Amino acid sequence: MHSSTLLILLLGLMALAYHFGRKRAISSAGGIARINTLHSLPAYYGLYAALWAGIPAMLLMALWSGFQNEILIAILKSELPPSLMDGLSTGQVGLMVNDIENLASGAIVSGSVTPEMQAVADRYAQLQRFADWAMWLAVLAIAVGGMGYAWSRTQPRMRARNRVENIFMVILVVFSSIAILTTLGIVLSVLFESLRFFQSISPLEFFFGTLWSPQTALRADQVGASGAFGAVPLFTGTLMVSAIAMLVAVPIGLMSAIYLSEYAPRRVRSLAKPTLEILAGVPTVVYGFFAALSVAPLIRELGMSMGFSVASESALAAGLVMGIMIIPFVSSLSEDVINAVPQAMRDGSYALGATQSETIWRVIIPAALPGIVGGILLAVSRAIGETMIVVMAAGLAANLTANPLDSVTTVTVQIVTLLTGDQEFDSPKTMAAFALGLTLFAVTLTLNVIALHIVRKYREQYE
Amino acid sequence: MSTTVEAMGQRVGAMSAAELSSRPDSRATVGDVTVANPRMVCREVDVWYGSKQAIKGVSLDIGKNEVVSMIGPSGCGKSTFLRCLNRMNDTIDGCRVEGSIQLDGQDIYDKGLDPVPLRAQVGMVFQKPNPFPKSIYENVAYGPRIHGLTNNKAELDALVEASLRKAGLWNEVKDRLDQPGTGLSGGQQQRLCIARTIAVSPEVILMDEPCSALDPIATAIVEELIDELRANYSIAIVTHSMQQAARVSQRTAYFHMGDLIEVGETNEIFTNPRHKLTEDYITGRFG
Ligand SMILES: Nc1ncnc2c1ncn2[C@@H]1O[C@H](COP(=O)(O)OP(=O)(O)O)[C@@H](O)[C@H]1O
Ligand SMILES: [Mg+2]
Repeated sequence: MHSSTLLILLLGLMALAYHFGRKRAISSAGGIARINTLHSLPAYYGLYAALWAGIPAMLLMALWSGFQNEILIAILKSELPPSLMDGLSTGQVGLMVNDIENLASGAIVSGSVTPEMQAVADRYAQLQRFADWAMWLAVLAIAVGGMGYAWSRTQPRMRARNRVENIFMVILVVFSSIAILTTLGIVLSVLFESLRFFQSISPLEFFFGTLWSPQTALRADQVGASGAFGAVPLFTGTLMVSAIAMLVAVPIGLMSAIYLSEYAPRRVRSLAKPTLEILAGVPTVVYGFFAALSVAPLIRELGMSMGFSVASESALAAGLVMGIMIIPFVSSLSEDVINAVPQAMRDGSYALGATQSETIWRVIIPAALPGIVGGILLAVSRAIGETMIVVMAAGLAANLTANPLDSVTTVTVQIVTLLTGDQEFDSPKTMAAFALGLTLFAVTLTLNVIALHIVRKYREQYE
Repeated sequence: MSTTVEAMGQRVGAMSAAELSSRPDSRATVGDVTVANPRMVCREVDVWYGSKQAIKGVSLDIGKNEVVSMIGPSGCGKSTFLRCLNRMNDTIDGCRVEGSIQLDGQDIYDKGLDPVPLRAQVGMVFQKPNPFPKSIYENVAYGPRIHGLTNNKAELDALVEASLRKAGLWNEVKDRLDQPGTGLSGGQQQRLCIARTIAVSPEVILMDEPCSALDPIATAIVEELIDELRANYSIAIVTHSMQQAARVSQRTAYFHMGDLIEVGETNEIFTNPRHKLTEDYITGRFG
């Protein structure tokens, strides 16, 4: 009696509803021959009936499955014999309810099973069976009811086509609201946690403090009990790694975009473009160990041989590899804007006796510049938000340094370290992650908005 | 190469005699394709796009100080032929040009000849005005800068002004040279493009339907300009308007499906076409 069986049954009902809705529409018109007296094509009456049969029933099913357990457990708790509850804290009661649920479903139980518990579990299983049956009945009743409603409404003048259109619109609106509301929910939760963080740590310290040492005491008398939450070293670390990445990605990406869009023969382009796109598809964790295991040691050895002292996890290594990761991003965005410059510009320049490179540097690039800048800003926001590479290659030490050979840490790395492992969810240490996340979100959002605005403006120019 | 060109020239010359006009349905050119003092000489030009032939054995001269107009139904190859004259077809993938085209006696498809400077000698104005997204000044200064035509800013200023004057645009833009060329009206943009072309001192100017995107008043201004330019340049203009061809050109060439059907004095062509296809087109029975 699984609920997926019910779902399949519902789909079957919808198919039936479609069939009969269509049939009824035709017969209400007075047969196939008089079909043009119908407002809409018969299929729309069928769809109308199917939607009425399916959607309310599915909604009910979703709601029911969502709340059934909650309600059953509430009933269970109210019925628990006092002998079982004796001297237990709420937490322990919760554990016991958990045990009972597991017992009822036949899973292994943590404690020993008393006959009393077994009785409660049996009762729970019984309730569950009952609720399942009730759901089946209710859902099928609603489905049949919906079908009947559509049946009774079907007559030649009913505007089935418009109705179906409206229903689809409502469905689409609902789904897009889910997407938007989820985003909103995430942002709000980050915002509220950050506000809680800023109640214990002043924003002034967070945004301008230069010492980052995020630990909180487990005992009041512990050594080094007070944490320091000055995020400036994180910001500078992030900036440095991103800047190095852009120094790598912008020239290489831009040049390859120019080559691909202006010079490359069609055959080369058809090979090189997918290759670059593969580069974009490599999981960042792969770049991460490439950075940590190959590039970082290489840079260290190189630096040592030239007499520099290089940290084994340097900003340079992380930045270089991140730059490589971003190349396809820069190049495909730049290529798009370069291709968007109309051929007429190139023709105009060639017709004046300009060479290809004169045309590119004096006409195409200046014309595409706003779009290219927009693309670069998007890439910067990618770099700032990138996590895996820096986690693996940039290190954890929050050094405030301008030396790319030193180890630095970034906002994303710190968020990861703050939240991995067992954490209390109300210490400033954990909540600092939310404040960092919020800052990161604000910065990348701003960058994206500006970049998209520039790119859009640029597109309009050539429409 | 030159001997074959001469041979071809003789053949065409021979063909353009009475013998040809006596069979007006044939696809060989009716009328005299040569002029007394030619600037450009095209002989037996074939153009292919891939395996599709767009121009079939076209021979035509463009004389000094004359405006030649090319008319014909769309898709007949007027633009293709025009683009052969400054080797703009080189930029099109899969386009192949055969035959001979000379500018002042020099074969422009010669292996050793660089098409880039050629395009400064044979300038081109396009159907849709295509000013660069730069200031009006920079639009005109673009060519001279590339070719190093001036030695200092003052000379460049003078050249820009002279070009804009010749294009009849100076008085309209002299106070806003630093504003974007794309902000001008369509007709002004087209005259800016003509000024830009003039600035590199070409000998021949090719115009591909230069007025088709313009309103009647702007068209009249550009037509007047073309007539003035004739004093210093040779001009080949593609147009879909027979009135325009009649107004601006001294000779007219009628193209049909890749063939050059008939060439002659403009008023001759329009009053007394010799070929059946030309007559059909001109009287509006076709195209
Ligand atoms: N870039 C191109 N690639 C392939 N075929 C082309 C190209 N340009 C033009 N053609 C073809 O060549 C023929 C002549 O075109 P075109 O010279 O543009 O004609 P017109 O300017 O007289 O209207 C047409 O059949 C057209 O489809
Ligand atoms: Mg054309």
